[in-house]
Amino acid sequence: MADTQTFDEPHEAQFGDYLQLLKPRVMSLVVFTALVGLLVAPGGLHPVEGFAAVLFIALGAGASGALNMWWDADIDAVMRRTKSRPVPSGRVSAGEALGLGLALSGISVVMLWLATNAVAAGLLAFTIFFYAVVYSMWLKRLTPQNIVIGGAAGAFPPMIGWAAVTGSVSVEACLMFALIFMWTPPHFWALALFMKEDYANAGVPMLTVTHGRKSTRAHILVYTVLLAPVAVATAFTPIGGPVYLVAALGLSAGFLRGAWQIWRRDEVMAEADGYKVEKAVFRFSLLYLFALFGALLVEAVLRALAVGGW
Amino acid sequence: MAFKPEHEMHRRRFSRNLGVGVVLLGFVALVFALTVVKVTRGDPMAGYDHQVNPELAPAEASQ
Repeated sequence: MADTQTFDEPHEAQFGDYLQLLKPRVMSLVVFTALVGLLVAPGGLHPVEGFAAVLFIALGAGASGALNMWWDADIDAVMRRTKSRPVPSGRVSAGEALGLGLALSGISVVMLWLATNAVAAGLLAFTIFFYAVVYSMWLKRLTPQNIVIGGAAGAFPPMIGWAAVTGSVSVEACLMFALIFMWTPPHFWALALFMKEDYANAGVPMLTVTHGRKSTRAHILVYTVLLAPVAVATAFTPIGGPVYLVAALGLSAGFLRGAWQIWRRDEVMAEADGYKVEKAVFRFSLLYLFALFGALLVEAVLRALAVGGW
Repeated sequence: MAFKPEHEMHRRRFSRNLGVGVVLLGFVALVFALTVVKVTRGDPMAGYDHQVNPELAPAEASQ
């Protein structure tokens, strides 16, 4: 009779629940930036190899997402935004999330190696380790700079895409890494200002909780000021060009203006207009990253047509 | 003995099984396509297969 009980579990996991473990929304950014890193790199891959490379980079990112959901199930259950995730809601057991995460980590790294090269596979393995162990298990609950550290893991995909083609890491790949790395803190802290979640109850030291909201506003401005030169400097590398330079100057000016406005405001002003500026900057930051990487892609197409670059 | 060929569980798990099946088939197709691409290009496969093949030797070694 004990066997029949397993057939009648009230919340049996569906295929979509396992997909949710892979954080598909985060994956869309990974796919896009890895694809750009792969397409702007000198040389080229066969389309099948390129498709496989992007697929397994995305799968590796998904695997680290599943490991994150396994480890963070306790805090996900406390926070409103995350309590409906598959593990805290009981649809998928923590053990299944761990098993899926480990299995997909192994598959994605080995397959990326077979499809492309050892450097790309090594970078993917390090990214998974960094996100799951260094960020999720170690530093996320220890330091209010957790967003900065988590951002490093999210910054690797274009570098891995580049390495998949070239078999090495260059200044251009490092600049694409730096672009996402510097972009992540202002993006997430703008979100943290208007998403008043109970990170404190969950035991996660978010900057808004540990250092206050005024300090968070200053941090957004500082990181945006540091981001702008990285974005503009990329224009003067072999993957940049006039189109990218115009985009980087215009978008960075817009982001700086928004960060300046956030810094000038206080909570009374923000409450009065329902965090209008903070929400606008958050939305703009998404556009900023997609447009900058899109401009790199445009430059790559123009170079292929022999009309791009400097 | 009453024997029900399709348990209710099979219907409930159909979407999950279908998803896993599609993923596995896709994986097989991708590995096959990768194999075709790499074998067609043939770089790593061209080696000393049972007999010495002088034209494959690096330029420095052959001088």
